[in-house]
Amino acid sequence: MRHYIYFAGLVIVALLLSFSAHAVAVDDNPLPDQAQEAKARAIMGDIRCLVCQNQSIEDSNAPLAKDLRDIVRAQIAAGSSPDEVKAYLVERYGDWVLLKPPLNIRTLALWLFPPLLLLGALLFILARARRTPVNQGPTPLSDAEQKRLDMLLAQNAANSHGTHSGKEGTDS
Amino acid sequence: MRPAFWVPLILFLGLVAAFAVQLASGDNPHDLPSALIDKPVPNFDLPPIRMGEAGLKSEDLKSGEVVLLNVFASWCAPCRIEHPFLSELAEEGIPVYGLNYKDRPQDVATFLRELGDPYAEIGADNNGRVGVDFGVYGVPETYVISGDGRIMYKHVGPILPQNQDDLRKAIAAARQPEPQ
Repeated sequence: MRHYIYFAGLVIVALLLSFSAHAVAVDDNPLPDQAQEAKARAIMGDIRCLVCQNQSIEDSNAPLAKDLRDIVRAQIAAGSSPDEVKAYLVERYGDWVLLKPPLNIRTLALWLFPPLLLLGALLFILARARRTPVNQGPTPLSDAEQKRLDMLLAQNAANSHGTHSGKEGTDS
Repeated sequence: MRPAFWVPLILFLGLVAAFAVQLASGDNPHDLPSALIDKPVPNFDLPPIRMGEAGLKSEDLKSGEVVLLNVFASWCAPCRIEHPFLSELAEEGIPVYGLNYKDRPQDVATFLRELGDPYAEIGADNNGRVGVDFGVYGVPETYVISGDGRIMYKHVGPILPQNQDDLRKAIAAARQPEPQ
């Protein structure tokens, strides 16, 4: 029993170690200053890896991503603000290097489309709801329908009392 | 028929049209536009791949005539595909400069001995920092640079036969004085 507990403990430790190994790419030199490293890492999460294109440079192990990580760290260590570091990269690689596109005249359609679509859908639903009248209980039968119903009921009653065949008499 | 009946069909056909246009255009979505088009080349001064030769610096690209800057490496297989075309352009008298990206001198020497050396000058970008300044994100890349040292055109990936016309057009356009 104690063996199992040791084993379970070992597995947990191994898992924890493997998670921390994922946090920093093996070939990276994190900044000694914890606060600066955190700042640099936050920027890396926002920068697209241009080789893989849908990963951030923080997640990517492409050589170019490592170069860009080194650049981000060097600039943060030199006292640049996150905006300055991003501006440096945008100058070279364009807005595309940012995983979250900035709001400007060229991305206006991109940013406005989802809220406009939502607004359009809401208006459409409202318009439909107003056109269809609210359900106010069943519509009363017309005279002709009432007459036919009375006839059918009368016929049914006559059949079940008469032949007892049971075929048509659902109430027998 | 109520007009609302046609809405989904029209939306669908619109989507089909949008996809068809994008597919037929032949654009590779992985090719990113250069952020540096019409901007001056970044400042750099790179050492040569061999001692005693000239390196490559930004001033070399501001020569008064249209030049090409080709980012290449001996380890880059697609570079071999475009190499004959670069040699062709160099023979026609278009200066081709080489940015040798993260390579080893002896490997570059072998590469050039095997395939020929179209480059007027080569700079060794050993850590890829000049590449970053140019916005390089893959090798090969080729830049058309105007006489006053501005980046006029960028081609990402090897210059395949179907890209040669576009590159020649870009060179011709860069030679034209801009209409004022």
